Amino acid sequence: MTSHDHTDPPSELTLRVKALETLLLEKGLVDPAALDAIIETYEHKVGPHNGAQVVARAWTNPEFKTALLQDASATVTGMGFTGRQGEHLKVVENTATTHNLVVCTLCSCYPWTVLGLPPVWYKSAPYRARAVSEPRSVLAEFGTELEPNVNIRVWDSTSEMRYLVLPMRPPGTEDWSEEQLRTLVTRNAMIGVELALDPDEVAK
Amino acid sequence: MNGAHDLGGKHGLGPINPEPETDEPVFHAEWERRVFGLTLATGMLGCWNIDESRYARERQHPLDYLNNSYYENWLAGLQHLLEEKRLAEKQASAGLRIPDEAAARKILAGGSPTALPAESAAKFSRGDRVRVRKIQHRGHTRAPAYAQGAIGEIADCYGCHIYADDHARGIRRGEPLYCVAFAGVELFGPDAQAHEVRIDLWEPYLEHLTP
Repeated sequence: MTSHDHTDPPSELTLRVKALETLLLEKGLVDPAALDAIIETYEHKVGPHNGAQVVARAWTNPEFKTALLQDASATVTGMGFTGRQGEHLKVVENTATTHNLVVCTLCSCYPWTVLGLPPVWYKSAPYRARAVSEPRSVLAEFGTELEPNVNIRVWDSTSEMRYLVLPMRPPGTEDWSEEQLRTLVTRNAMIGVELALDPDEVAK
Repeated sequence: MNGAHDLGGKHGLGPINPEPETDEPVFHAEWERRVFGLTLATGMLGCWNIDESRYARERQHPLDYLNNSYYENWLAGLQHLLEEKRLAEKQASAGLRIPDEAAARKILAGGSPTALPAESAAKFSRGDRVRVRKIQHRGHTRAPAYAQGAIGEIADCYGCHIYADDHARGIRRGEPLYCVAFAGVELFGPDAQAHEVRIDLWEPYLEHLTP
């Protein structure tokens, strides 16, 4: 991303979007308060902190985990995580022998209700192209090295089903509370490009 | 259509260069914020559905699609839909229901589930071996090119869901949706790095593999 000095003239894109917004507001096709509410929801309210709550609870509560793996949509609805791009959610669990990775090769489908809006790299052509064919190389670019005997299972989100990875709980966290565990759960771990954080690197 | 959006398995696109997670803002510029908001707000008018939105973005020239950033593609799709659906004219003649703030929040929280009651029994069950038909459908489809012709196994049956190919033409009807598991080597040959790739595919994309 290039950063622009504030004295730069507005870009052509800025002007095009401004013109479109003005037109839609003048024609009465968009309510300005509704527009602000939409932006605010996804910029400040919905985000990976939701998913981190789900994962930390699954790590500490076996009954919750069973329900989550069986019917994630219903289970996270109970936590208040409902809405667009999360209507049909499936949680896939990493194990000692299987690592899960989520992609949308055709557009950028992503579980908004639990992760918010996708990062730029998730929407980029290289990730969408390579996640299915060379996931090990993709993971390496995120600094993630899996043992050779760990199988990679890639989920291509081609329908309205949305996928969330349940990472493995890091060793050495046996006495951590659910709230403390949330700090180990990154967005990238719930997409599957990274593992949960090493507890030694995070202040408890 | 197997346009530039159909990216699975394509070579030559370079490294991913992710921004560090802790540094990445939700939006990288004010215009991105506005394009996102306007796309969702106009989508709530009910003049088009999500598959028509996707199809509008896909129908750009492949060079434009690949050169554009993500929200530039959203902008192109939105402009296309506004012209195609003659939204301004519709509003002037008949009037549309414009969601206010409360209505918008309700729509976001409610989502748009795509599960429908089954119209007929699902043809396949878990464990069945299927082949993805080679269809070369020129409209919107969610059968990725890299899977067409490949053989896989039904891993899960998700029930009846709105069929994306028809939905992109404004027709709301369901077809059984399956999660199909493919061996990485079946899709990408001996150099495949995935042990398995799972793809969601609707029944019309699939044919039963006779033993």
